[in-house]
Amino acid sequence: MKGWLFIFGLLAISTVLLPLLNLWVPEESNFHIPDYMFPLIGKYLCYALVALAMDLIWGYTGILSLGHGVFFSMGGYAMGMYLMRSIGKEGVYKSDLPDFMVFLDWKELPWYWYGFDNFIFTLLVILILPGLLAFTFGYFAFKSRIKGVYFAIITQAMTFALMLLFFRNNTGFGGNNGLTDFKRILGYSLQDPSTKMSLYIITAFVLFSSYVLGRYIVLSKLGRVLTAIRDAESRVMFSGYNTIHYKLFIWTLSAFLCGIAGALYVPQVGIINPSEMQPANSIEMAIWVAVGGRGTLSGALVGAGLVNGAKSWFTVAAPDYWLYFLGALFIVVTLFFPKGFAGIFTKLLSKDKWRESA
Amino acid sequence: MKKIICLIEPRKRGFYETEHKIFAPFFGVFVFLIISLFSFSFVAANDLEQSLKDLGNKSRSKIKKAIKNLGSQGNTAALPALEALKDNRLRVSEDGAIIILDESGEKGQDALTKEQVDLKSLSLRKPRINNSVRRILSTTIGTLQLKSSNPVIRLTAAKQLLKKSSSGLVELIEMALAEETNDEIREIFSLVLAKEGLNSDDKQKRLESLKTIREFGNINFKSLLENLLRKNEKNEFLESDPKIREGAEKALSSIEKRQFFINQFANLFYGLSLGSILLLAALGLAITFGLMGVINMAHGEMLMIGAYSTYVVQNIFKEFFPHLFEWYLIASIPVAFVVSAIIGILLERGILRHLYGRPLETLLATWGISLILIQSVRLIFGAQNVEVANPSFLSGGISIFYGVVLPYNRISIILFVIFVVISVWALLQKTSLGLQVRAVTQNREMASCMGISTHKIDMYTFGLGSGIAGLGGLALSQIGNVGPELGQLYIVDSFMVVVTGGVGKIAGTVTGAMGLGVLNKFLEPAAGAVLGKIIILVLIIILIQKRPQGLFAPKGRVVEN
Repeated sequence: MKGWLFIFGLLAISTVLLPLLNLWVPEESNFHIPDYMFPLIGKYLCYALVALAMDLIWGYTGILSLGHGVFFSMGGYAMGMYLMRSIGKEGVYKSDLPDFMVFLDWKELPWYWYGFDNFIFTLLVILILPGLLAFTFGYFAFKSRIKGVYFAIITQAMTFALMLLFFRNNTGFGGNNGLTDFKRILGYSLQDPSTKMSLYIITAFVLFSSYVLGRYIVLSKLGRVLTAIRDAESRVMFSGYNTIHYKLFIWTLSAFLCGIAGALYVPQVGIINPSEMQPANSIEMAIWVAVGGRGTLSGALVGAGLVNGAKSWFTVAAPDYWLYFLGALFIVVTLFFPKGFAGIFTKLLSKDKWRESA
Repeated sequence: MKKIICLIEPRKRGFYETEHKIFAPFFGVFVFLIISLFSFSFVAANDLEQSLKDLGNKSRSKIKKAIKNLGSQGNTAALPALEALKDNRLRVSEDGAIIILDESGEKGQDALTKEQVDLKSLSLRKPRINNSVRRILSTTIGTLQLKSSNPVIRLTAAKQLLKKSSSGLVELIEMALAEETNDEIREIFSLVLAKEGLNSDDKQKRLESLKTIREFGNINFKSLLENLLRKNEKNEFLESDPKIREGAEKALSSIEKRQFFINQFANLFYGLSLGSILLLAALGLAITFGLMGVINMAHGEMLMIGAYSTYVVQNIFKEFFPHLFEWYLIASIPVAFVVSAIIGILLERGILRHLYGRPLETLLATWGISLILIQSVRLIFGAQNVEVANPSFLSGGISIFYGVVLPYNRISIILFVIFVVISVWALLQKTSLGLQVRAVTQNREMASCMGISTHKIDMYTFGLGSGIAGLGGLALSQIGNVGPELGQLYIVDSFMVVVTGGVGKIAGTVTGAMGLGVLNKFLEPAAGAVLGKIIILVLIIILIQKRPQGLFAPKGRVVEN
């Protein structure tokens, strides 16, 4: 019950209090939240959603994916294509085609760009495509019982291959510059503070609903089976469960959430390019979960916030030492805090209880 | 055309044909011939001197004559002066001395005495030459080069002839061909002759030329032959003789066959070269993965450390033993191995030891290690690539076919890899340490029960694996850039090798590495580098469907977990 209160509290703060602080508190006040903060917090919320998805597959089911960057980018690119199409003729070259196509001297839109003028179509792609890729990939991988380190490496290889593909100019997604210079979404200007705030609030709600969904799943019988698969897959199989179905379900769901996160990320950050698919990014997603605490949903959210907060601080204050910090984080967390912050937190709580009872 | 012919052997015939406009210096030539009968060497030297001097003459006809004289003397000592004249680097001082400027135009050398000349004290004049002089000049230079005793100069000259039109030089080339002993130069001479023969009016000669071309299958003739087979607008062949066309077709198909063969050969070679690099990168990874079941994400950084060790050794040699610089690479071999091995052992003892039984956590921890190693190298050596020089015995290469050069550095890497693989194989199969490593790989608990200290074995094996990666870095430094991200480029590929080949068997890793390397190079020209890579990844994923443990999985049943 306490957990629910905590989460509802967070939701209230993020969707009601912060916007109010922006709108009603005068700018001179210390409590005023400036406009530029909203896309920034929105970005963190997207990361938190990724961490949530990662936690479902890794923390609860024990499958380490190093390919979530791909699903994230797929959602991002789909949204980016819609945003590119809605620039219309206001690009640098005043052409109906996206600028980079004009630059590459393409005469007409490639077939896979058709339909992205339409928001509903884009939405469907965002919701279906990452999950579909994950389903296909997972079906073959789980069917041949690829697991553990092998699975991690294969997903990394997939990420690497797709990154190379998207870096090519000929692939038709803007090469290494990616998609950028967006102007508006659904007719609203992306520069407008109210659009920014709406996107942010939508992100917060999506995150909240995903959290509720995730919590429902992990507390259900399905969640129990998933945890059992993590701890002793053979025994689950011997008990008569077909583990492939369970793994495939949670793997596809995780990719689905990741795709949505990517789609929400792009309009707030204003760019999507293939570097999002670098293998390093996908591994970083794992460390968000590890820092926050595997196997606890709120831990994943906290971990994403902490690591990305640290990243923002380091890249400004001491850019040379960010990689040291990140590297040390990987080592220290795996060596000393396998349960992450959530583990430390519960340990502290249980100590207090022990003192009280004694 | 005739004019040029007579330039080659002016003494024999037609000397005056080219000079009919100019006052013929009968007397000079006559005296020259007489004197040459008496004392050839003296005259040759003397005549060289005179002709060189005449290069700076104010009269263009005198210059022409001097050039022709130099050509007829066949003395290659005149080459520098002639080349300088062609490149506008020849100067004449007031007292008539001929001075050759160097490329920068700041230093000068007397053409006769070969002494350095102080340019500032002299007032210099440029000899005036025009296109007709230049034409004679190039031919003469070519002639002299063909007569040079240095095969490299002859080869370049011969290649020049092949590129440009060489009509008129036929007799000269025939003579040179008769005297030539170097097979490569002979081939080019024959081809030059064939090219000329193709243009002649004699049908027999043309057919013979086509035969020669067919024999050698040189790609340079492709367009020439295609021209022979071209049709005009009325769909008639430009070449009316069907026999010639048939010959040309045959020659063309032989060229294409040969080119296909050469391409496949080059692909194979470069594939093996890439494969051997992958093998060095993946061998250590496969051993440690087989032994401990962990993937070392910092393995790529061991490559990088090996490459940077090579760089440091190179700089130490540059600084302290410049006379031994050529040998720095040999000295780097133990250094690269030991440095990477020590860092590997430190990692194993300090971090990985505590993570046994948790392979996914190990993967993340080693990723953290790799970040720290990359950033450390970046802070120490800078983010830019550093330069590691090839020792001179590794630069250059063997040319096996016309146009295909196998670089020495790649050949030596292949040999080096063979050496490393044999050593590792011997270590694992023939020593008691190897026996223990294999025992732990097969069954850790049982090996431990038999009194093998598994911790020690882990440490040694990790050191060995990292050391081999260090050697891989050394090899990479000879063919590519050395930068902090070096390891990242190869790590995914070496994972793929391990996944394909399976663990625990060297043969699997060798097959995986060579297979991926060769496949990569054969797919690259057909599908492009990126698509080729993607195709390979898809193939690997399909392969894993069939053989989840890799190609060379150990036989038997193993209880999971």
